[in-house]
Amino acid sequence: MRIGTLKTSYGADEALFDSSVQRGLLVLLALGAVAFPFVASPYWLFLACLCAINVASATGLNLLTGYTGLVSLGQAAFMSVGAYAVAVLEIRLGTPFLLNLLIGAALAAVIGILVGIPSLRVKGLYLAIATIAASVILHFLFSHWSLTGEARGLSMPPASLFGYVIDQPFTLYWLIMPVTCLMVLGAANLLRTRIGRAFIAIRDRDISAEVLGIPLLRYKLTSFAISSFYAGLAGGLWAYFFRVVTPESFPLVNSIFYLAAIIVGGMGTILGGILGAVFMTLVPELLKFAANWLTPIYPDALAALAPVRTIVFGGLIVGFLIFEPRGLAEIWRRVRRFFHLWPFRT
Amino acid sequence: MSLARADMAARPILEVSGLSLAFGGLRALSDVSFTVPEEAITAVIGPNGAGKTSLFNTISGFYRPQAGSIIFAGENLQGVRAPQRAARGLARTFQNIALFRGMTVLDNIKLGRHAHMRTGVLDALLYWGRAQKEELELRAEIEERIIDFLEIQHIRDAAVGTLSYGLQKRVELARALAMRPRILMLDEPVAGMNREETEDMARFILDVKEEWGVTILMVEHDMGMVMDISDHVVVLNFGQVIASGTPREVQGNEAVIAAYLGSGDVGEIARRIKAEAA
Ligand SMILES: Nc1ncnc2c1ncn2[C@@H]1O[C@H](COP(=O)(O)OP(=O)(O)OP(=O)(O)O)[C@@H](O)[C@H]1O
Ligand SMILES: [Mg+2]
Repeated sequence: MRIGTLKTSYGADEALFDSSVQRGLLVLLALGAVAFPFVASPYWLFLACLCAINVASATGLNLLTGYTGLVSLGQAAFMSVGAYAVAVLEIRLGTPFLLNLLIGAALAAVIGILVGIPSLRVKGLYLAIATIAASVILHFLFSHWSLTGEARGLSMPPASLFGYVIDQPFTLYWLIMPVTCLMVLGAANLLRTRIGRAFIAIRDRDISAEVLGIPLLRYKLTSFAISSFYAGLAGGLWAYFFRVVTPESFPLVNSIFYLAAIIVGGMGTILGGILGAVFMTLVPELLKFAANWLTPIYPDALAALAPVRTIVFGGLIVGFLIFEPRGLAEIWRRVRRFFHLWPFRT
Repeated sequence: MSLARADMAARPILEVSGLSLAFGGLRALSDVSFTVPEEAITAVIGPNGAGKTSLFNTISGFYRPQAGSIIFAGENLQGVRAPQRAARGLARTFQNIALFRGMTVLDNIKLGRHAHMRTGVLDALLYWGRAQKEELELRAEIEERIIDFLEIQHIRDAAVGTLSYGLQKRVELARALAMRPRILMLDEPVAGMNREETEDMARFILDVKEEWGVTILMVEHDMGMVMDISDHVVVLNFGQVIASGTPREVQGNEAVIAAYLGSGDVGEIARRIKAEAA
C-alpha cells in the first residue's frame, strides 16, 4: 500500500517517474528485458522483437493521432519508406546500419511532412483518405521502380557491427529493443515540453491554440514529421529483422493495425501505445495457439485462422471504442489505483 | 482615481481606427475607432449583439476586417496572423471559456508561455539542457508569480473540466498572464459569477494593472464593476461607437441610456447605470 507522496521540489514534480515505487518497477522491468534473451526461446525472442518494432511505430502514430488529433492511415506506408531506404543503402552502399536507419527515418519524415500538408485544411475522415492516397502512391512507386526491385522487392544482407553479423533473434533483440526504448523515452520527453502541450492544444481546440501563439500548420507538420520518423525507424528495424522487403510487406491493413493498437491501448497516453501494440501483436499468436489446441476436436481450425483473426481485430476495436474508449492504459490505471489504496479502500 | 484619470493622456498602446467587419449582409462593426491608453483599464460595453466579441476577435486576428487598421505598440497588425499577435503580447480570454478541459490547471497555464519558449524538437526528445531548464524555470515562475497571485494553489493539479465556472475563469486569466501580455483582453470576465467571485475578479484585474503594469481592455455587462474599476469606457451599439470617455461621462450620455433602454431586456442595466450615477 502507498498513499500520497509529498513533492519537495518542482524538479521532482516535473520528473517522468515521480515516485520511488514507479522507479523501482521500471528498474525491475529493465532487468527483465536484459535477462529475457538469455532465457527465452528463439520463438519468444522473435515475438519480442516484433512487439518492439510495433511499439515503436504505434508510439509514433500515437503522437500524431492520439496527441495531435490527426487521423492517419499511412503509418505502414511510412514504415515502407524506412524499410526500402535501409535495404537500398545496405545493398548498394553497405553504409553502417545506424546511419542507414537514420537516413531511412529522415526520408520517411520528409514524406510525412508532404502528406501532412493538407492537414491544415482537411480533418478527420478526409485527412485519413489523403493518407490512404499517399499509401497507394508509395505502393505503386515501390512496385514499379527498378531501384526498389519492382514487384519482387529486395533481399538484403544483415546488419553488421565491426564485422560482427546481427542476424539472429538473439542479436537482433539487442539492436531493436534499445532503439525502441529510446524512441518511447523520447516521445515521453517530448510530451513534457511546449511541443507536446502544443500538440494536445491543437487536438482539443485548434482555434484557441492559435490565440496562445501556436502556429497550427507548423505544429501539425511537426507532428507528421515526428510520427513518420518513428514509422521510418520502425520500418528500418523491420527490414533488418526480416531482410526481405517487398511491396506487400506493408499493406494498408497494417496501417489499420497500428490505428487499432492505439485505440485498444489508449489514445493519447504513452503507455497506451505500448500496451496496444504488444497486445495486438500477441493476439494472433494466442489465436494460433487456440487453433492448434482445437485441431483434434475441430480439424479445420487452422484454416479458419485468417478470417477469425480479422474478425477478432474488428471486434476488439469496436468493443474498446464502446466499452473502454480510453483503452488498456485506463484499465491498467484502475488496477494500479486499486493496489495504491488497498486494503483501505477499493 | 484622479491619478488614474491622468493616465488617459498617456500614449495609446492600441489604436483602432475605421474598423469595419461584415458577416455577409450583417455589419458587425462599422467604422469603429478608439484608443486604449497604456497601463489603464478600458471597458467596452454595449447591449447584446453590439459587436463586442467580434471586435475582440478582429483584434486578436480571427476575423479579417473589410476596412480599418489596428495599431498595436506602434505596429500595424494588418497581415500579422493570430499566433504572431499573441507572441507580440496580445493576450485574451474568451466569453465562453476556451480552456483545455482534459489538461491540468498547471498545463493549461504553461501553454500560455508557448510563444516565448525556445525548446525545439531535438531538445524536447532528449529533455536535456535547454528543454529541462526552460520547463523548470517556467514552473517556478508560474508557481511564484501566477498561482500564488491568483490563489489557485489548491487546484494546480486538477483537470480543468472538474472545476467550477468561477475557477475556470480564473485559470483562463492565469493562462493569459503566462503569455507575458502587454495588453490583456478580457471578454466578460465576471459573467455568471456570484457577488463574491465578482469582487475577487475585480481585485485581480486591478492588481494586474497596478502590479504587473499590464494594460487591460475588457468587455463586461456588469455595470457596477465597469464603473468601479475602469478608467475609460467605450460604448458600442449595432457595431458603432456611440460614446466614449470616463465612466462618469458615459453614464450621463443620453445616447447610451437610450441604447440600453432600446434593447429591451437590459432595462435592469439602465436602472443600475442611473443608480450608479446617483
Ligand atoms: N462568426 C459569425 N458569423 C456570423 N455572424 C456573427 C458571427 N459572430 C458574430 N456574429 C453576429 O455579429 C453580431 C455581433 O455579435 P457579437 O458576438 O460580437 O456581439 P456581442 O456584443 O459580443 O454580444 P454579447 O454581449 O451577447 O456577447 C451579432 O449579430 C452576431 O449574431
Ligand atoms: Mg460577446
